[in-house]
Amino acid sequence: MITASLPLLIADTAAAVDPAATFIRLLTVFLLAMWVGFEVITKVPQRLHTPLTSGSNAISGITAVGAIVVAATVAAAGYRFGNLLGLLAVVLAMVNVAGGFVVTHRMLEMFQPKKK
Amino acid sequence: MSSQAWINLAYLVASMLFIVAFKLMTGPRTAVRGNYLGAAGMAIALLAACFEPNVQETLAARGGWPLVLVALAAVIGAAIGATMAIRYPMTGMPQMVALLNGFGGAASTLVAGAELWNATATAREAASPLPAWTQFAIATALTGLIGAVTFWGSLVAFGKLEELPQFKKAWTDPNRHWINLGLGLGTLLLLWGVCANPSSNLLFWALVIVGSVLGCTLTMPIGGADMPVVICLLNSYSGLAAAAAGFVIDNSVLVIAGSLVGASGLILTAIMCQAMNRSLVGVLFGGLGTTTAANADDVYAGKVKSASAEEIAMVLEGADRVVIVPGYGLAVAQAQHAVRELANALEKRGTTVEYAIHPVAGRMPGHMNVLLAEADIPYEKLREMDDINPTFPETDVAIVIGANDVVNPAARTDPKSPIAGMPILDVDKARTVVVVKRSLSPGFAGIPNPLFAADNTLMYFADGKKAILDLTSALEKG
Repeated sequence: MITASLPLLIADTAAAVDPAATFIRLLTVFLLAMWVGFEVITKVPQRLHTPLTSGSNAISGITAVGAIVVAATVAAAGYRFGNLLGLLAVVLAMVNVAGGFVVTHRMLEMFQPKKK
Repeated sequence: MSSQAWINLAYLVASMLFIVAFKLMTGPRTAVRGNYLGAAGMAIALLAACFEPNVQETLAARGGWPLVLVALAAVIGAAIGATMAIRYPMTGMPQMVALLNGFGGAASTLVAGAELWNATATAREAASPLPAWTQFAIATALTGLIGAVTFWGSLVAFGKLEELPQFKKAWTDPNRHWINLGLGLGTLLLLWGVCANPSSNLLFWALVIVGSVLGCTLTMPIGGADMPVVICLLNSYSGLAAAAAGFVIDNSVLVIAGSLVGASGLILTAIMCQAMNRSLVGVLFGGLGTTTAANADDVYAGKVKSASAEEIAMVLEGADRVVIVPGYGLAVAQAQHAVRELANALEKRGTTVEYAIHPVAGRMPGHMNVLLAEADIPYEKLREMDDINPTFPETDVAIVIGANDVVNPAARTDPKSPIAGMPILDVDKARTVVVVKRSLSPGFAGIPNPLFAADNTLMYFADGKKAILDLTSALEKG
């Protein structure tokens, strides 16, 4: 009853999903990804810590996915203030994404042996 | 296969690409490819988002305009980001990264705020309030809070690193712990409020505002050499905010990418704290005690030897092995190219030149490596602390440029020193130590450095860049 009133909130199209089950599924993903992150990142050498920081920074711009969905999901009643916030979020997240990847590339280029 | 299945598959591919991107960060050569793969993963995820069922329903009902607007916003954002990234000078990398990081945090807060706004509007139309304590309510509250702390904390960090006059002095009001405690309690109360009553947009934005103030007051007291820790921590927060936003919209790629970044930031934070022998709590709330420090006059009295460029050049002429120790002062003086010239002049004479990099030298993790790489210094010559420390006794001359606390032997010898136990570069074990410094002023820890008064130390008082240039020309003349 209650969940049926929130069609926009539930990405799973399958009806009547147990909310606790959804939470546990995402929590599983969260913890396993943290684990993978710890394993992979401890192997990054100190001299690459700045590109690592800026590169991971770019990846944290993944929130742009959420921004796109909320900005481009317009209710039957028309545009809402939330869509405007979503558009602003798209701009900010894309600054983060593009800036992060470009700056990381610039830095990594400097680490390449120069051909003279 | 349903379209949702294809979208989920695209998210899976993107997530795998992110993990591989981190995996390739282990070497400078593979890292370039890693960065491309990360960007490819991002592009795939962003495209897939446009095919989400909610978006497609909107397209079917209203035509392409909503998505055109989104694309326009994305292009504007990407253009701003790329321009900043290309234009910003390499020496300003720490503040650039801080700023970009802040935007990511702000975006997550806005996503949560936007979702909540539209959800409450839908709920109002259906005349049934949003249920309390759902995943949606809790995740929305957390995303709003973490994102706000990230954004304002990053802005303050940016101001400090850019050395804006308003941020010159660290905020050391003795009541700041009480203020932070009050703000912390207010945050918890509002968190509870949003979770219990998610239909109130007002409560959510109140939480965002209090979180914003908290982001400022938590970052303002932290200064100087503790900045690398703050950068790492904020980086971690921006990832956690994105992961929390993933719980808001039930999206696994946000959760995966966000937690990878969260883990990366946490690891770097731990590494930085370890390199300063300080606890995270100490860095965030402590401030360094200066009461037990030895008196500067007792340490330096009559023992400091100042030398000229010619005298130092003479010492360098007889050296087989020289180790250069850069610190934040090198970045301030922008002396990286001058250092490269000096190294060239020395190498022409057959001298071995290497660089000793302390993990917390500079204002962000790996700062010195980037700075020296910009001056075309091959990364093989940049050696980490544990690797180069045993070689100092066989080093003829160690040249310390703009570093202070990370070469202070008091960390090893004086158990009462505020930096006691901090791992340092053992430059005092080299035959001769040349310290290029503008004055005897203390470093970030605010304590005198017995290294400057040691028998084998020559002080060269000058601006870092000019000093190195003079040294190079003296060496080339001699």
